[in-house]
Amino acid sequence: MRLQAVDVKLGYGDRIIVDGLDLGIEAGTVTTIIGPNGCGKSTLLRALGRLLKPSGGEVLLDGKRIDRMPTKEVAKVLGVLPQAPTAPEGLTVADLVARGRHPHQTWYRQWSSDDESAVSEALSMTGLLDLGERPLDELSGGQRQRAWISMALAQGTDLLLLDEPTTFLDLAHQVEVLELVRRLHGELGRTVVMVLHDLNLAARYADRLVAMRGGEVIAAGTPAEVLTESLLSEVFDLDAKVIEDPVAGTPLVVPIGVRH
Amino acid sequence: MTVARPPSAGGVRTVRRRRLLVLTALFATLAAAVALSIAVGAKPISPADVWHGLTDPSGTENDIVIQSLRLPRTAIGIMAGIALGVAGALMQGHTRNPLADPGLLGVTQGAAFAMVLSILVLGVTGLYGYIWFGLAGALIASVGVFALGMVGGRGGPTPVTLALAGTAVSAFLYALTSTMVLMDEQAMDVFRFWQSGSIAARGSEIAWQVLPFIAAGLVLALVNAPALNALSLGEDVARALGQNVTLTRTVGVAAITLLSGASVAACGALSFLGLMVPHLARPLSGPDHRWLLPYSGLLGACALLLADVVGRVVARPGELEVGVVLAMLGAPFFIALVRRRKPIRL
Repeated sequence: MRLQAVDVKLGYGDRIIVDGLDLGIEAGTVTTIIGPNGCGKSTLLRALGRLLKPSGGEVLLDGKRIDRMPTKEVAKVLGVLPQAPTAPEGLTVADLVARGRHPHQTWYRQWSSDDESAVSEALSMTGLLDLGERPLDELSGGQRQRAWISMALAQGTDLLLLDEPTTFLDLAHQVEVLELVRRLHGELGRTVVMVLHDLNLAARYADRLVAMRGGEVIAAGTPAEVLTESLLSEVFDLDAKVIEDPVAGTPLVVPIGVRH
Repeated sequence: MTVARPPSAGGVRTVRRRRLLVLTALFATLAAAVALSIAVGAKPISPADVWHGLTDPSGTENDIVIQSLRLPRTAIGIMAGIALGVAGALMQGHTRNPLADPGLLGVTQGAAFAMVLSILVLGVTGLYGYIWFGLAGALIASVGVFALGMVGGRGGPTPVTLALAGTAVSAFLYALTSTMVLMDEQAMDVFRFWQSGSIAARGSEIAWQVLPFIAAGLVLALVNAPALNALSLGEDVARALGQNVTLTRTVGVAAITLLSGASVAACGALSFLGLMVPHLARPLSGPDHRWLLPYSGLLGACALLLADVVGRVVARPGELEVGVVLAMLGAPFFIALVRRRKPIRL
């Protein structure tokens, strides 16, 4: 297990969202967490990425307690991209991606050739080489999200946590971003954990699905194991038919509304 | 498939050259401002006499004006200008608020309160005495604001709790100061002049007094710059990049307190400078704090010295206090800024 939540209790202040949850992430997999709004999936991801300290239980990174490791050392192994991040005005794509090198820099050594090559590799992986000098504000939503993913890539971590990387994107750009995630896994062997809302895309792009409701894991396994009609009803209160995706062969969810 | 070329190597080099060029230009402007500040004053002195007063003072009236008035005044102007420029850029960076100024931490009202209290209760007279009390008041007030900002928060103060605490503490101290000033004529007199902000009539002792505080503040500010770059992407991203956010904020607040506390104690309420200067520096530096902070410092010193020179010549034979000139020139600039079509996002 690369990353493991052991009996974690999570919340903000007095509000408990997750109480006693266990989850393990295996190396070299793409895991997607799904669940209705407010089920605690983003909270869980924040805890896995040590952005939120559990009030009980522990998160283990490679078997060691993540909150006892120096945060800068964690940042060399584990990258986290929060939901809808914002950048200061006028920041260029190359500058943003360069800031991903932060954990590898010290105040007396700000820039090295390693940094240089990590930044160009990240830019070429996401197809943004030609846009390096463009301000982030001038990009399309899909390009901007790719720029943020480049920043996380330049960090050079083999574990990557992405919180709703496709929010606010149209379908074409959602596919574009998820194809990129798949390539990170296929070509670079990265372990990815992400939160997604679209069940069909989740089924298509994940090795493993984790379905949550009310702060608990209801089911975990391959998309075919998890995305069943009974589970959709249990987790989302949704009546739906599950058929085979004609393109990928993964489960495809077709909701049944009142009108049909 | 084309071979990936390093995209930014050339770009980085041109950007770097441009930044060094701007830095050189700023130093040149500062040198010119320093020359003006030494050469121009209420009392006209010929360039030859200025040179004589600088290089070989022999005790003539002009030499004394140069040595004991204009040189310390210029030195204090440079220090306070750098300090307020850097503190303003730090403040706006930490709060991600383009309207933040260093006074937001309560330093200005803290200094005013302590100065007036020292006059009223301890009977302190003379500028040197006030300044120590002003400095202490500024430091205590901002530590109090920082502590208040932490109450109820998890993992250190946030920009919002800091701004709220700073506003509340400032209002409270201002009420106390106003009450004391109404009771005592001498305190009123000191307060009046202090409030408009001036770098005149401060001997070199005062420059030496505030120098260590400003130097320490500048060191902390430089250490803070890379961390502030990470923080400007949001707290979560900064944490994900391995930055200790609470430590970054604490160092930042300490730097702002030392820089603005020292300059406010020595020169009075000039915090408008800290609000304005980062907006001048940002178009030159971009959003990288490693360049924004030095640019803001140099521009702050230039702006303060030039405004002071203007104040000496417009009301001859009298003088207009530099705080007044800065506000008069700065207010139109600021209106233009807020009327810019695209709002600034930090």
